[in-house]
Amino acid sequence: MIPAAFDYYRPKDMEAVLSILVEHGDDARVMAGGHSLIPMMKLRMADVPHLIDLQDVPDLSDIVVSADSIKIGAMVTQAELIDNAELTKAAPILREAALQIADPQVRYMGTIGGNVANGDPGNDMPGLMQCLDATFHLVGPDGTRDVAARDFYEAAYMTDREDDEVLTGVTIPTPQGGYAYEKQKRKIGDYATAAAAVQIVKDGDTCTFASVAMTNLSDTPIYSADAVEALVGTTVDDAAIKAAIAAMLEDIDPSEDNRGPIAFKNHVAGVILRRTIERAWSRA
Amino acid sequence: MKDEISREERVDNLKGMGCSRKRVEDARFTQGKGNYVDDVKLDGMLFGDFVRSPYAHANIKSIDTEAALKVPGVVAVLTAADLEPLGLHWMPTLAGDKQMVLADGKVLYQGQEVAYVIAEDRYAAADGIEAVEVEYEELQVVVDPFEALKSDVILRPDTVDENGKAVDGAHGPRNHPNHIFTWEAGDKDPTEEVIANAEIVAEEEMYYHRTHPCPLETCGCVASMDKVNGKLTLWGTFQAPHAIRTIVSLISGIEEHNIRVISPDIGGGFGNKVGAYPGYVCSVVASIVTGKPVKWIEDRMDNLMTTAFARDYWMKGKISATPEGKITGLHCHVTADHGGFDACADPTKFPAGFMNICTGSYDIPTAYLAVDGVYTNKAPGGVSYRCSFRVTEAVYFIERMIEVLAIKLDMDAAELRRINFIKKEQFPYKAALGWEYDSGDYHTAWDKALKTVDYDGLRAEQAQRVEDFKAGKTRKLMGVGLSFFTEIVGAGPVKNCDILGMGMFDSCEIRIHPTGSAIARLGTISQGQGHATTFAQILATEIGLSADSITIEEGDTDTAPYGLGTYGSRSTPVAGAAAAMVGRKIRAKAQMIAAYLLEVHDDDVEFDVDRFVVKGAPERFKTMKDIAFAAYNQAIPGIEPGLEAVSYYDPPNMTYPFGAYVCVMDIDVDTGVTDIRRFYALDDCGTRINPMVIEGQIHGGLTEALAVALGQEIAYDEMGNCKTGTLMDFFLPTAWEVPNYETDYTVTPSPHHPIGAKGVGESPHVGGVPCFSNAVQDAFRAFGLTHTNMPHDHWRIWKTANELGLHD
Ligand SMILES: Cc1cc2nc3c(=O)[nH]c(=O)nc-3n(C[C@H](O)[C@H](O)[C@H](O)COP(=O)(O)OP(=O)(O)OC[C@H]3O[C@@H](n4cnc5c(N)ncnc54)[C@H](O)[C@@H]3O)c2cc1C
Repeated sequence: MIPAAFDYYRPKDMEAVLSILVEHGDDARVMAGGHSLIPMMKLRMADVPHLIDLQDVPDLSDIVVSADSIKIGAMVTQAELIDNAELTKAAPILREAALQIADPQVRYMGTIGGNVANGDPGNDMPGLMQCLDATFHLVGPDGTRDVAARDFYEAAYMTDREDDEVLTGVTIPTPQGGYAYEKQKRKIGDYATAAAAVQIVKDGDTCTFASVAMTNLSDTPIYSADAVEALVGTTVDDAAIKAAIAAMLEDIDPSEDNRGPIAFKNHVAGVILRRTIERAWSRA
Repeated sequence: MKDEISREERVDNLKGMGCSRKRVEDARFTQGKGNYVDDVKLDGMLFGDFVRSPYAHANIKSIDTEAALKVPGVVAVLTAADLEPLGLHWMPTLAGDKQMVLADGKVLYQGQEVAYVIAEDRYAAADGIEAVEVEYEELQVVVDPFEALKSDVILRPDTVDENGKAVDGAHGPRNHPNHIFTWEAGDKDPTEEVIANAEIVAEEEMYYHRTHPCPLETCGCVASMDKVNGKLTLWGTFQAPHAIRTIVSLISGIEEHNIRVISPDIGGGFGNKVGAYPGYVCSVVASIVTGKPVKWIEDRMDNLMTTAFARDYWMKGKISATPEGKITGLHCHVTADHGGFDACADPTKFPAGFMNICTGSYDIPTAYLAVDGVYTNKAPGGVSYRCSFRVTEAVYFIERMIEVLAIKLDMDAAELRRINFIKKEQFPYKAALGWEYDSGDYHTAWDKALKTVDYDGLRAEQAQRVEDFKAGKTRKLMGVGLSFFTEIVGAGPVKNCDILGMGMFDSCEIRIHPTGSAIARLGTISQGQGHATTFAQILATEIGLSADSITIEEGDTDTAPYGLGTYGSRSTPVAGAAAAMVGRKIRAKAQMIAAYLLEVHDDDVEFDVDRFVVKGAPERFKTMKDIAFAAYNQAIPGIEPGLEAVSYYDPPNMTYPFGAYVCVMDIDVDTGVTDIRRFYALDDCGTRINPMVIEGQIHGGLTEALAVALGQEIAYDEMGNCKTGTLMDFFLPTAWEVPNYETDYTVTPSPHHPIGAKGVGESPHVGGVPCFSNAVQDAFRAFGLTHTNMPHDHWRIWKTANELGLHD
């Protein structure tokens, strides 16, 4: 498990990053924590002749919590998401989800930017970002642009990001109401068999807002608008939850792998979503 | 002379047998100061690595190495054609078969070694591998052993005659080109008759899936041929360094005194490092060809996919009993998937290892076992993963059959075991399949275990849980897993245990220094078991010098006495016995010296902890230190100077450790997720040398048992692609997945072992796998399940629940 030879760059600013990307096109890739990219290179599944390390590029590692939104720099690690008290207060689901990613060693290196930009359906942050209706900030040779997390993912490892664009951060509207992130996995360090992210707002007995996204059950994360619709306006009783699960199952498209066959994954997706909704509702 | 310290203190100071002496190895391991084979770095050392087949079955049309040779840093590329003139393109396996070193015209499994690239470093080797062009012609893949026995596809043309008929193999006649052997034990006709006429017969088919020992350190070696003095030094991850030396000598023609094999620190073996691998042969050849040292180290994928799988037994059982539950007969047939070559690491006369221990801990009057070995397009191996040869398979088989019979009889499985246990007074017990169990007290152990866990209370709680489940109050079921195992370890008596003709004795040599410290060397090699700690304890008690003053060395064939290595829990039963015996030789000479020094007759002194005393006058004594000094420095008439001895121990019998395990598990029927609430392990390994080391061994073995039972497997798709080649999919438990273990013990010494010890390192694995599995299966017993195959990962448990209709 030794990667093919590559040139290593460690530019000091974004301009330099972009110029290398422009020069080498898809022969160049940025590296954040390297904990998805380096394994792929070692398996020789990714061939990266020009590797651009982002760690010396300034202004990518801030967490800014304001009244109605949260901005997180692309190079913020999963460990930092877990440790930042202000962030946890404003958006506790981030901590709950990040704690279920990999193990502490990986989380010290892996970044939110790498996790969402990677495009691996197994990554937990993309679904979470869709649940939270995040906006991704990109910069490229032609300037900056924003893309909604819900529009970003096209297929496995295919996103709306162009090869010469870099993700600089994400902005999340401060989440409201109850939350939960549930993930079934085979062991520590495993990607999800099924995972669900739910935010839900309760007014009196009624659900006035909900958001539902699923992870590793399709070749992209799945934001389920129909599941949301099934919950909003209800008292989140058994019938509403069943309807939400049925709607979600229409949206996902799991495939068979070592974690199990499709029927199992669909079943577990339903069970996990139920538990997630119930827990989020109990906190709403 | 009066002593300053009490006798008790003198005993404590020895740190001998029975005390929880801290492990002397840990100082270096916990500081990262171990010395593993990959730490061996020599001047000018080259690095070799393999081009491996992406296909499970293919002809090789051509191998083009030209581009590879142009890669900067690449020195040479070896193919079978290069090895053929040396007769090294094939090598013998431990099981009497032969195995390709490099693909000779075809490949038989994914990952098989096709060419060996030698380069200045491992990076250049990896690039060189990429540049070797191999043209394959894909052949029909056979992954199912039952299909293999019917198929027209001949996997091993080298094992058939010109008419395509299978020629006899190392273990007798073969009935199909893909058939390797049939091995039988017991009495076929009487067993079949008993079963045919029995009132109660339970039958079950079970698959003990393929898995892998997966030591943290993978296999590797460094070969260094010194062309000046003609001496080959081979460092490697060898569980049997002396056997490797002999094998290297036999297949290379290099005289044995010119070969030095060194096993440095080894990061776990578990059977993975017993066999001989193509990497060793290619590295030796590469060093001879280049005149430079050559290193080969597997990566994780190489290790999981190609070196030494374990298990892969399809077992079919019938067990008969009286309506009261007294077992009358046992019938077992195994279809054993050996992969492309028969490279099992068993004593050569036992092609299915000690599978014939499958009557377990029970007094079963009639039994019959037949095992058919089969070639398929999978990696070779069939090693004893943390067990004596095929003993995990045997114990799993009988402990499942007992449960299945209990279901048939509608009887409590603990009670069924109790009424069938071999009784204490029946030992030594001659089992129907041939073995003579040395000692045991199963009822005492069982009663202690069941009492400690409040077995009746658990069953009452479980019954309530079933009620609650049926009433819709819970979605979790509760399983109580039981297992009672008897192992057979300490191979073994040379009269029936050898590997390729090498007798399975073991050895210990000791040299006492004049100031009363010592160095002892053994034919075994620790891979984490703590030999340097525990063997010194045996010697301390036997000789009367502190364990802290005794250095233990193993693994260097130039210095250590010959022995067959460490696997199958043989170190303490065999080399540990040699250590005790060598200690007694030292003591015998010391007695003469003491008598001389004390000016009495030899028979008038006796050994006491750390000294010889004059009988009836304990104030007159010579300590072992005094004696050691005198042995070297005083002229004693009729006695040679010096104090050293060697002992080669050929055990009269195997040893039979046993134990009683209970696992309490909760199972979420909707997700298949298991939660181990309690695990109780009572082990009886005879005399206990170091309770702390025993506990560590139990924890480790149980953890590997949990892995195997709950998810660890080597799985293939129908094209023979290995689906579990990395640790993402191959389950290696961490602290996160592992429950708390409660350990307990009884002590039933082995009557034939000099200190009564039986070996313990593998018991928890052997007994643990059926215990975890039985817990899963027991949870569903109330809903009609009789048997479901391991591994019990989430989706398979879910499937069981689903098929039992528990999901609507
Ligand atoms: C053993 C193990 C277990 C794991 N388990 C999980 C898990 O359970 N859940 C989970 O979500 N993840 C898991 N991961 C992945 C881990 O979280 C990664 O760290 C993460 O997916 C990627 O983050 P990174 O910073 O390491 O990115 P890198 O590996 O550096 O990059 C990943 C990809 O994103 C691109 N990229 C990175 N940063 C940017 C950027 N700013 N702009 C544009 N493109 C960028 C890279 O070019 C590359 O293609 C696991 C990893 C390991 C090794």
